[in-house]
Amino acid sequence: MLSLRNVRKSYGGSEVVRGIDLELTGGECFGLLGPNGAGKTTTLRLALGLTDPDAGEIHLLGRPVPRNAREARLRVGVVPQSDNLDPDFTVFENLLVYGRYFGLNDRDISTRIPQLLEFAGLEARAGARIQTLSGGMKRRLSLARALVNDPDLIFLDEPTTGLDPQARHLIWDRLKRLLARGKTILLTTHFMDEAERLCHRLAVMDHGRLIAQGSPPELIERYIEPQVFEVYGDGADAWGREHGGALCERCEQTGETVFCYTRDGERVLATLDGRQDLRYLHRRANLEDVFLKLTGRDLRD
Amino acid sequence: MRAKHFAPPRVSVRFFQVWRRNFLVWRKLAIPSMLGNLADPTLYMLGLGYGLGSLLPQVNGTPYITFLAAGTVCYSTMNSATFEALYSAFSRMHVQKTWDAILNTPMNLDDIVLAESLWAASKSVLSGTAILVIIWVLGLSHSPLTLWIIPLTILIGLAFGSLGLIMTALAPSYDFFLYYFTLVVTPMVLLCGVFFPVTQLPPLLQQVSAVLPLTHAIELSRPLVNGRVPDGAWWHALVLAAYAAVGFYLALVLARRRLST
Repeated sequence: MLSLRNVRKSYGGSEVVRGIDLELTGGECFGLLGPNGAGKTTTLRLALGLTDPDAGEIHLLGRPVPRNAREARLRVGVVPQSDNLDPDFTVFENLLVYGRYFGLNDRDISTRIPQLLEFAGLEARAGARIQTLSGGMKRRLSLARALVNDPDLIFLDEPTTGLDPQARHLIWDRLKRLLARGKTILLTTHFMDEAERLCHRLAVMDHGRLIAQGSPPELIERYIEPQVFEVYGDGADAWGREHGGALCERCEQTGETVFCYTRDGERVLATLDGRQDLRYLHRRANLEDVFLKLTGRDLRD
Repeated sequence: MRAKHFAPPRVSVRFFQVWRRNFLVWRKLAIPSMLGNLADPTLYMLGLGYGLGSLLPQVNGTPYITFLAAGTVCYSTMNSATFEALYSAFSRMHVQKTWDAILNTPMNLDDIVLAESLWAASKSVLSGTAILVIIWVLGLSHSPLTLWIIPLTILIGLAFGSLGLIMTALAPSYDFFLYYFTLVVTPMVLLCGVFFPVTQLPPLLQQVSAVLPLTHAIELSRPLVNGRVPDGAWWHALVLAAYAAVGFYLALVLARRRLST
């Protein structure tokens, strides 16, 4: 579906993508995770042939990119990071005009539009102007627009950023439906629950490199201890110094909270029970723990 | 700037769908848009033509309003393409990100820049033709030669559309366009013979005028309005075509540079 081999890209002297290898197979949902500025969006732009690599090889749906990117994009749908729907048009016209860019004729597009609107939950909004839509509706329309050419591969750049929980769940449900229909999805996100829920495979990207790849359970198993204690309260600091190093394989403090990663929860629990000055959360390790371990806790803006 | 930015244009026939998109938007607001485009040049032409014209003797053997009408056709055509290629194209490229949306389809930037240039020229043809109709209605010219003004508006539109797109590809914000108006459009209006014959200018300014595209447009329109075949018609048309072609290529190179990062 998509393959990148040792792809590099620099902008103005700084290397944004530093030799990445990526292979997407048909029918899978592949997640590209990374903090802001990790190079995720540039990777998508390279894959679509919107910017030329300095080195490496890219194939999109079997065609060399950027050379034959135009033909490859015929079978690709893209949901961009920020909505760029056409504000001069209604919902219906947005889909019609976008379909024309793919060389589709008006009759074919018009027969597809009711299904697309139904899929996006916008049946009642065909004649609405874009300005009257909520953020969630705009996102759904962007998704419907990306499907107007019935693509084999769909790129989604942070599809649920800025949406409320209801809207996010709806988008997730629609993406699962697309996967059930055999579509292939490449999405970027920095929501770990989104990645864990949707993606068959993930790659963690940081500073232009892919630093880990695998399925969500594989990554959790490979990189992190299975149990986590988040300890906070007045005595957390002192508890961390006293027990953290001794009982936990890894112990980190962020602000007032001590994160203790361990394979042996019983021993940690024994030191926490009955302490009035401590509160704690005992949970299974998740993808977010992996992500923070691999990319660090420092802010990236 | 990379070598790749200088590659020759590679367009597909799908560029027409981008032109059609702009046309569809325009159609929704066609009447106010036409009135807006027409009101300003018409008022200038009528106000100055009759008001100032009544104080003036004939200019080169024609009434002042007829003289002015031939300039107004070109100047109104220029303005129309200029506004479209600056403000409207910039909105689509930078503010609404319409170009970004189109680039995710089997369309490339060359298609978009070509479509924008042709669209700016299309709006020019409308404005120019509307002024031409006013010239006929007021009886300022009856010559069938004035029909040649319609293809002339296409050339003017392509030249100024492309020049405008160069500025758009360079502009950080709308404010930037003020430079273009102060340094290019205003001198063009005052030095190229819209309001008075270029021969009234000092020699140095006449030399400047001779290289400006609007001068060549007016060198064509004025004889046509007066019912004469212009001297050196092919030469003037060629200069306008050269402005259009070189302008288009520069706009494309600069747009590629801007949008590839």
